[in-house]
Order: sequence, then C-alpha cells, then structure tokens
Amino acid sequence: MKKPSFTTLMLIAGLLFLYLPMAILMFYSFNSSRLVTVWAGFSGRWYIELFRDRQILAAVWTSLRIAFFSATMAVCLGTMAAFVMTRFTRFRGKTALSSMVTAPLVMPEVITGLSLLLLFVHMAQMIGWPADRGMVTIWIAHTTFCSAYVAVVVASRLREVDLSIEEAALDLGSPPLKTFFQITLPMIAPALAAGWLLAFTLSLDDLVIASFVSGPGASTLPMVVFSSVRMGVSPKINALATLIILTVSLATFLAWYFMRRSENKRRMAMAQQDAG
Amino acid sequence: MKSSLLARLPRALRPGRGWVIAAPLLWLTLFFLLPFGIVLKISLSDAAISVPPYSAIFDYSAETLNIALNFGNYLFLTTDTLYVAAYWGSVKIAFLSTLLCLLIGYPMAYAMARAPARWQLVLLLLVMLPSWTSFLIRVYAWMGILSNNGLINNGLLWLGLIDSPIRMMNTNFAVILGIVYAYLPFMILPLYANLSRLDGSLLEAASDLGSRKFNTFLKVTLPLSKGGIIAGSMLVFIPAVGEYVIPELLGGPNTVMIGKVLWEEFFHNRDWPVASALAMVMLAILIIPIALFHRYQSRELKE
Repeated sequence: MKKPSFTTLMLIAGLLFLYLPMAILMFYSFNSSRLVTVWAGFSGRWYIELFRDRQILAAVWTSLRIAFFSATMAVCLGTMAAFVMTRFTRFRGKTALSSMVTAPLVMPEVITGLSLLLLFVHMAQMIGWPADRGMVTIWIAHTTFCSAYVAVVVASRLREVDLSIEEAALDLGSPPLKTFFQITLPMIAPALAAGWLLAFTLSLDDLVIASFVSGPGASTLPMVVFSSVRMGVSPKINALATLIILTVSLATFLAWYFMRRSENKRRMAMAQQDAG
Repeated sequence: MKSSLLARLPRALRPGRGWVIAAPLLWLTLFFLLPFGIVLKISLSDAAISVPPYSAIFDYSAETLNIALNFGNYLFLTTDTLYVAAYWGSVKIAFLSTLLCLLIGYPMAYAMARAPARWQLVLLLLVMLPSWTSFLIRVYAWMGILSNNGLINNGLLWLGLIDSPIRMMNTNFAVILGIVYAYLPFMILPLYANLSRLDGSLLEAASDLGSRKFNTFLKVTLPLSKGGIIAGSMLVFIPAVGEYVIPELLGGPNTVMIGKVLWEEFFHNRDWPVASALAMVMLAILIIPIALFHRYQSRELKE
C-alpha cells in the first residue's frame, strides 16, 4: 500500500470540510428538542411541522414556478448568445455581448439587485409597467443572470462538437435554421439540460436579488427561510435543509448514473466495432 | 474546414442571423447594462421624502433644461468613516477568504486532476454538489456549529479543554470561514478544468531531466495553471466583496462589510441615492478584477 500523497489527503480533508456541516445539519433535523444543539432523542416532528407550515409551502410553490420559467427562458437566450459567440464571425457589438455574458457571473448580487430594482421603478414611472413588482420582475431578474451561466455551459459544448456534421448538412442544402434544429440541437442537448438544471437551482437559491426586485405579494423560499434563520436556529429549517440536500443528491446521482450508462454503451459499441 | 464553415455561415444565416444576435443583445442591454446608467443617475440625485425617494435630475421648465447633479452623495461617502471602513473591511475579508480558498482548493483540484479517469467525474460531482443545494442553508449550518452553545463549544466543554465557551459566532473569523465554505467549489472548478488539461509529458520531461517534484511544481505546473488561479480567485473575490448574507448571519458588530451597509442604506434608511453611490464606488473598485476575469473567460470561450 502506497502512502497517500499530500494532495490526496487534502482532497479527503476538503471533502470532509464540505460535507460534515451538512451532515450535522441533517442529523439534528431528527432531534426532538427545540434546542438544535442538544440531542434529546429521535423524532420526526419537525418534518410534520414543516408540512403544516403554509407560509413555507406557498413560498416553495412560488419559487418552483419562478425557477421553472426563469430556467426555460434562460436556456433560450443563453443558447442564442452561446451560438452567436462561437459560430458567428465578428460583428459590431460582439465584444459588448460577450462582456455582458461574462460580467453577471461575478457581479456582486447587491449591485445587480439594486440596479434592476431602480430600472423597474423607472420603467413604472415612464411607461407604467411593471405596475407592481412580484413574480414577473423576479422572473426577469433571474432570467438575466441565469442566461449568462447557460451561455457559458452551452458555448463550451458548442466548441467541442464536430463542425463537419453541421457543415455537411449546410453543403447538402439544408437551411441554417433546420440544420440547427436537426443537427446542432441534438448534439448539444446534454449541455442544454445541464444549463437548464443549473439555472433552475440558481434561481431557487437566490435571496439577495429577489429581495430587491420583489414586491409585497411574492415571497420566495429563500426569503422566508432567511427571515426565520435571522431569528436564530430552528429545527424546522433543518428539516427543510435535509429535504433540499436529499433531493439535490438524488438528482445528481441519477444524472451521474445515466451519464455513466451512456458512456459504457458508447464504449461497448466501439469495442464491438473494433472486434467486428 | 472550420474556417470555410465560419466564412459561409454569416451569408447562409442572413435571414435569421439578425434576430439571433438581437434577442440576447437586447435583453442584456435592457436588463443588465441600462440599469447601471440608472444607478449612476440616481447616485447623483438628492434624497427626498417621496415615492420613489429621490428627486429628479432633469427639470424642464420655462424653456430651460435644468440639470442638477448632486455630487454630495459621493462626498458624503468620504466624510463618514463608516463607509471607508466598510470598503476596506470588505476587501480585506474577501482577500483573506480568497487566499484560503486557493490554499485549500489548489491541492484538492490537483489531486482530482491526477485521480484515475473513472474517479474524476465522481469527485467533480462531489465537489460541486454542495453548491447546487442552497447557499443560505450552508451558511445556516455554521450557526449551529459555531454558536456559544453550539457543537464545537459543547464538545470542548465536555472534553474539559475549556471552562467557558469560546466566542466564534458573530466574529470576522466566522465570516471568513463562511465565505471559504460557501465559495470553495467555485475556486476548485476552474482550477480542476485547467489542471486536468495540463500536458503530462511536460512533467515527465521535467522529471527525466532530473527536476525534483516540488521544483517541477513551482517551475512547470504553477505557471501553466495561472489562468485557472486567476479565474478561481476572481470567482471568489468579486462576489465576496459584495457579500450580504454571510456577514449578516455569521458576522457581528465588528464586521463592517459594504454589501451589508448598502443593504441597510437601501432597506432601512431608504436612502436610495446614497445606496446607489455606494454601488457605483463598489463597481469602480471591482472593475479591474472583473476585467481580469472577463479576459480569462473570453480566452476560454474562444480557444
């Protein structure tokens, strides 16, 4: 047995650092005591209380709807931006577009949130829309920063795929739009799915930007969780956290499983080809 | 082959090309670029008790256009020591957190890139998975661990190592720990992407020529991974400077960070012009890091 190297030990320690706090959080969600840090026996009561909390359930539904529509719109806009950045020759505004695609990735949330809110206030004054802020304004805000993430994911895939197939289709007289839908789209479909999922989780997770651009009517899940967490630790939030972590882990596991299966299939097909 | 397609595409795509460019460009101009102009405009206006709470800059009456630019908000930022301290505190905390992320993340990314191929995807998913759960909840997890009657203090008291709880919550230490914990995956991702592309034959050549392991790392690996280091550091540093949630939940009265100050000016004091001026100055401080990140990212995208 070889002695593990320094970097391997760091990797193990780093993964423990990432996962231990989450494991502790999940463990204490089954604590029967209201005091989160004192173990008083196993209980599932916080889960029952969680599902009785109408405010949280309403916020979950609001957040899911916003995340669904934001991710869908972000995939449309982000894919267009990625296509323009990787496939189009230079045109005026290309640099501007690529800066506007990468800047939201790092822009501090307070700046994005404040600037979008001020825009909505201005628009309401000048054209009377949006009359009141809520789900639609959050949707616009989330679509804007999510499309930047989608663009980066899709662009890196677009650069990998074999150009000669698209080229062949165009050579044989297929119109560009049809080429895109029949040739390019199926090849980049996994990246679109990954981009959609990433946008979905980003939108579900956002607190700061939503707090700025939301109105009195719409409270997203992070907004409700934040106002509760500010008061201190609460076992109900631990129960919610456990459910979120389990859902994300399951989704990630499924994604990994299917990726591995298709990879294995591809390898088998190649091996058969070699043998035959 | 590649060039022939690129040369033909614009012509071939002409009917649809216009709107494929226009849609994302218009959306981002309207909802990303234009808002900054409005922030600039409001940072130059007076606070007023009205809805919305600021006065108009342009005023057209009696056939004269009056433009009243109020630089007072910016002057105000320099006179009140709170703001200067908040900017300085944010940069300091963000810098320390970025450095720690790099020191922890680099060896992790290195080990991932050197791991057997079938392990790499699993390790990458393991590192990224926490960032897909919930930022807020991951910060919240530390509240139960660090507080005075939290897990660490209870453990140490039980072991008899300390007599009274050590104050860890509501300190700058907790804030830095929270930032490192929350942003570590974003440091590792670009570093791993960079290191996994590193040409192994270069390292072999170095060792064949008698270079020792650590020397090879310093002279070959480290310089070649510069791009990943810059991208990862900017992905941590820039958002950390404007961080609001972590100082609010884990920080204490001694933690003055600009994101929190901006939030309070906006939501509690309802001073929109000062909040806008704070945002513009923050943007000015971050413009060089953002440009650095952009240069790296566009190189990545073109390649």
